[in-house]
Amino acid sequence: MTSAAASRTQPAPIQEARKTPFWKGDRLFRLLVGACALLVLVSLGGLVLTMAFGGSKAFGAFGPGFVFSNVWNPVTNEYGALAPVFGTIGSTLIAIAIGVPLAFGAAFWLTNIAPPMVAGVVGTAVQLLAAVPSIIFGMWGFFVVVPFMAQHVQPFFRHHFGHVPGIRWLVHGAPFGYGLLTGGLVLAVMITPFVTAVMRDVFAVMPPMLKESAYGLGATRWEVMRRVIVPWSRAGMIGGVVLGMGRALGETMAVTFVIGNANTIGWSLFAPRNTVASLVALEFPESAAGSLKLSSLLALGFILMLLSFTTLAIARWLLREKRA
Amino acid sequence: MSKSMGQGWRKDPRATQRLLMDRLATGMSLTATAILVLALASILWTLLWNGLAGLSLAALLHPMGPPGSNGGLANAILGSLIQTAVALLIATPVGLGCGIYLSEFGTGSKFATAVRFVSDVLLSAPSILIGLFVYLVLVAPFGHFSGFAGSVALAILAVPIIVRTTEDMLRLVPVAMREAGSALGAAHWRVVLFLCLRSAAPGVLTGILLALARVSGETAPLLFTSLGNQNWSFSLDKPMASLPIAIYQYAGASYDDWVRLAWTGALLVTLGVLGINIIVRFGFRSKQS
Repeated sequence: MTSAAASRTQPAPIQEARKTPFWKGDRLFRLLVGACALLVLVSLGGLVLTMAFGGSKAFGAFGPGFVFSNVWNPVTNEYGALAPVFGTIGSTLIAIAIGVPLAFGAAFWLTNIAPPMVAGVVGTAVQLLAAVPSIIFGMWGFFVVVPFMAQHVQPFFRHHFGHVPGIRWLVHGAPFGYGLLTGGLVLAVMITPFVTAVMRDVFAVMPPMLKESAYGLGATRWEVMRRVIVPWSRAGMIGGVVLGMGRALGETMAVTFVIGNANTIGWSLFAPRNTVASLVALEFPESAAGSLKLSSLLALGFILMLLSFTTLAIARWLLREKRA
Repeated sequence: MSKSMGQGWRKDPRATQRLLMDRLATGMSLTATAILVLALASILWTLLWNGLAGLSLAALLHPMGPPGSNGGLANAILGSLIQTAVALLIATPVGLGCGIYLSEFGTGSKFATAVRFVSDVLLSAPSILIGLFVYLVLVAPFGHFSGFAGSVALAILAVPIIVRTTEDMLRLVPVAMREAGSALGAAHWRVVLFLCLRSAAPGVLTGILLALARVSGETAPLLFTSLGNQNWSFSLDKPMASLPIAIYQYAGASYDDWVRLAWTGALLVTLGVLGINIIVRFGFRSKQS
């Protein structure tokens, strides 16, 4: 706003400025930076179009049934998106269910309870760890979480809940260690620092006056959190959560290592599944150019794109509302 | 704590309930933080423990080789450096240009709003989709994988970060400074490039460094673009090795020395990424204040 106002106050009367030829003046500059902006727009447009175009063969061959079919069989050349989409959404929901309470608790502690020195150190550490590349989380999951799940968690659940009628099916399966729950767990660890950092920022920009008023009326810390901070920063918090969800949906490396990569659907949390991203990462190198399989993978990419862009658009919208 | 509270606080059942609720929430939030910190400490500990064990001169100087051949990661390290450097060479001008457009010309126009939104979406788009896109545009038509395609994929990931920081930083430049430049008769582009951009330089550089950190650990966009290479590869026209891809290939292998190299590679990548972040966080903060 201020910058545009400044840009319009050009020193017009100077003759040299008027004489400047097109190719070295402000118009060229504007054209150049405008082209850069256009390039950004075009790259997303190109992404959407190439995915849609590349996947059109698969959508044409299988119709809308592609989305609801559970088959992935390169031998008979039949493909469907249901299993990877199920795995993607399932692992993301698990990650959110585990990660969001942790992130909320940690952000609450960091902003309202911890001594400033400790909060500074832990907060910085959490922010730094949000920058750790996802393949590191994948390796950690592969070498630490998977054995732990196979040796401790899965036998425990099988032993104690394996015969309980309602949840028997959730814990069914051989103790491989790989599976939907492991994938969700690693994703949760990956997105929690990120969500914590966003929530911490949202809590931190709250006007101190509001909090102090509540404390002055005798509210406890939790009441201030529950009745003042959370209502005030609800949109930002949800935005952070949805942003984390967007990350989990499209995550490739952290998941591919630990989810087991089996194209199945079922109730069990411990059975190997796959996700759109992991399936694409594993099968893409083995697909011939122009084949129906390649097109099916691109169609999967298109579905993933729809899922994650919708999520991101919602997140941006929620986060923007607060800023204005 | 309870000593400091008055008598009425303890006897009133409603107050006791509130106190208990507060204690419970405090305890839970402390537990949540502890779990988070423990999980992250476990990651760092595993990384250091396994990574340092495999860190040797051979790992840094030898190229990748078959299991048992005393191979290293040198070609992958070099490939990563080349590809991220090229990616930044592409992304920096585009990102700066787009950021300048948004802050200088993009107030109120629908085009700028669209660009800003798209850049935000790209900022957190699944990186594997970027890989697929670049495969279709730069690999499939030419019939072979190339380091350049990998660089372009990384550049697409880097641009939105640079755009965001450039725009934010340029908006912080005081109007008085622009007016002073214009009053001296400088053209708008001179004011922007030599006054505004210069005074915003630390912030803009922060954005570029953060983009570098983000991009140097990315694996998924490289899978289908630069593919990876077991040998030395200097040509951007050929498949090129990179550290994340090498980690991906070696981590799942059943050879001990490959797994050890994967950990070493993971340690190197993490140290690089965290190093850049720490420099940005502490190096620039002290200078700005």
